[in-house]
Amino acid sequence: MIVSKLKPWAEIEGYIAGDRAVFVLGCNGCAQSSGTGGSEQVAKMKVQIEAAGKKVSGTSVVDFLCQETLVASRLRPRAEELGSSDSIIVMTCGIGVQTVASVAGKACHPACDTVYMGGARGEWPAGVRCQECGECVLEFTGGICPLSACSKSLLSGACGGASAGKCELDKEKPCGWELIYNRLKSLNQLNKLSSFVPPKDHNKRMAYARAINTSFWNLENTNGGAGR
Amino acid sequence: MTLQEALKKGKFVITAEIAPPKGTDVADVIEIGKVLRHLVNAINVTDQQSSTMRLGSMAVCVLLQKLGADPIYQLTCRDRNRIALQSDLLSAHVLGLRNVLALTGDLPELGDHYQAKQVYDIDSVHLLQAIAKLNGGFDMAGSELKGRTDLFPGAVANPGADTEAAYELQLIKFEKKVNAGAKFFQTQALFDVGTLDRFMKRVSRFNVPVFAGIVPLKSAGMARFMNKNIPGIHVPEDLIQHMARADDKEITGIRIAGNLIRQFKGYCQGVHIMAIGWEKKVPAILNAAGL
Repeated sequence: MIVSKLKPWAEIEGYIAGDRAVFVLGCNGCAQSSGTGGSEQVAKMKVQIEAAGKKVSGTSVVDFLCQETLVASRLRPRAEELGSSDSIIVMTCGIGVQTVASVAGKACHPACDTVYMGGARGEWPAGVRCQECGECVLEFTGGICPLSACSKSLLSGACGGASAGKCELDKEKPCGWELIYNRLKSLNQLNKLSSFVPPKDHNKRMAYARAINTSFWNLENTNGGAGR
Repeated sequence: MTLQEALKKGKFVITAEIAPPKGTDVADVIEIGKVLRHLVNAINVTDQQSSTMRLGSMAVCVLLQKLGADPIYQLTCRDRNRIALQSDLLSAHVLGLRNVLALTGDLPELGDHYQAKQVYDIDSVHLLQAIAKLNGGFDMAGSELKGRTDLFPGAVANPGADTEAAYELQLIKFEKKVNAGAKFFQTQALFDVGTLDRFMKRVSRFNVPVFAGIVPLKSAGMARFMNKNIPGIHVPEDLIQHMARADDKEITGIRIAGNLIRQFKGYCQGVHIMAIGWEKKVPAILNAAGL
């Protein structure tokens, strides 16, 4: 399971400051179990957004937001509501946000931070990765994770080492920041590239050795906890 | 005249770059330092460029300073976390170094210790912000320093980025670096004035001096190799042909570099010569440029 926690409301409110109407999307997989993106949390989010004077054009809870085909098929009948939204608030892990962002053609706001458990690709084979950094930055990068997509995991933009859109590490691999640029351009959100993203709190990201010695990790990742 | 003096006086700045040796034999570095110390305003010392393990930039900078040269300490985020980077900056200050070039750094996987763990704890923009903080008397964690630094930070840019996305990303990062305190920029090697002109038109509004990168061509093969393998480098075909036809490759390469400097002079605030083994020929290049 992938563990997520809800971002503080002030952060989410900042993300939607320029939006009039938003669509709220939850996930019945890990996010429901985490208590961050099930029907209950989606309903609460709707109330909070409306209290902030915004319109909620629709809500939906999909079984697994990490499954691209499933997400696309579930969103198709909601095209009208999505069309009238300025953006989508996605209440799930970093994989789900990236998956929705890749199929929705809309700005996607991450409502959650993903808790470090060793790095994951979702419950379903996903085309994207989440480093579970605990400080989701997908808001600023068009729903493409720079930690995963950039070979150097740069937060402030491209390094200058790309040729014809490919990373110098591997001529087959696209430059992650060029993907981010092109996505933001298609969303008419290039101004997001000027956002300053501070250095990571690596205590959240590299806590593996410590995390695996907690009973929480044991319960999540072993059959009833190691050594029992 | 040092880098900061030259900038204050509005002179056309000349910087050159040298690489520390792989090992402890510094005879060659000292010899180059003696050749360049009064000819250029400052000498960049690379930080294990191409992720190849070498003698440290800080040590070579100190040696150059003893010779009377003004060194530019290059510092990458590739091998050090924020604790080591800040500590090294304090050390550099105490040893008398002032100019620092903040870089992200090449990928370790492309170097001679490809098994190494890459760090990139922070990136070049964060590093510039850290320098600004240390200069203000505080560290990144907000703790007060007993004695602040007095560092003069610079940064790099790649005006030859080849796609719209890569080019615009360079410009956005340029602005971020300016906002983070960069006082000068050195660019990837350029081989045509058009690329420089196009870039300067976009960045001149920031009023931060830009030194255009110069790499003297040694052969047509070298030019083709760089075109194929080094992001941002585009040697035009006519220059490649010129090198291919030349009887004396050395004189021709020096003349081409000199000509480029003459052409660039009207567009930017200085040049940065990366001679890659031809450091002792920098005087000839400057002579060819009429400087």
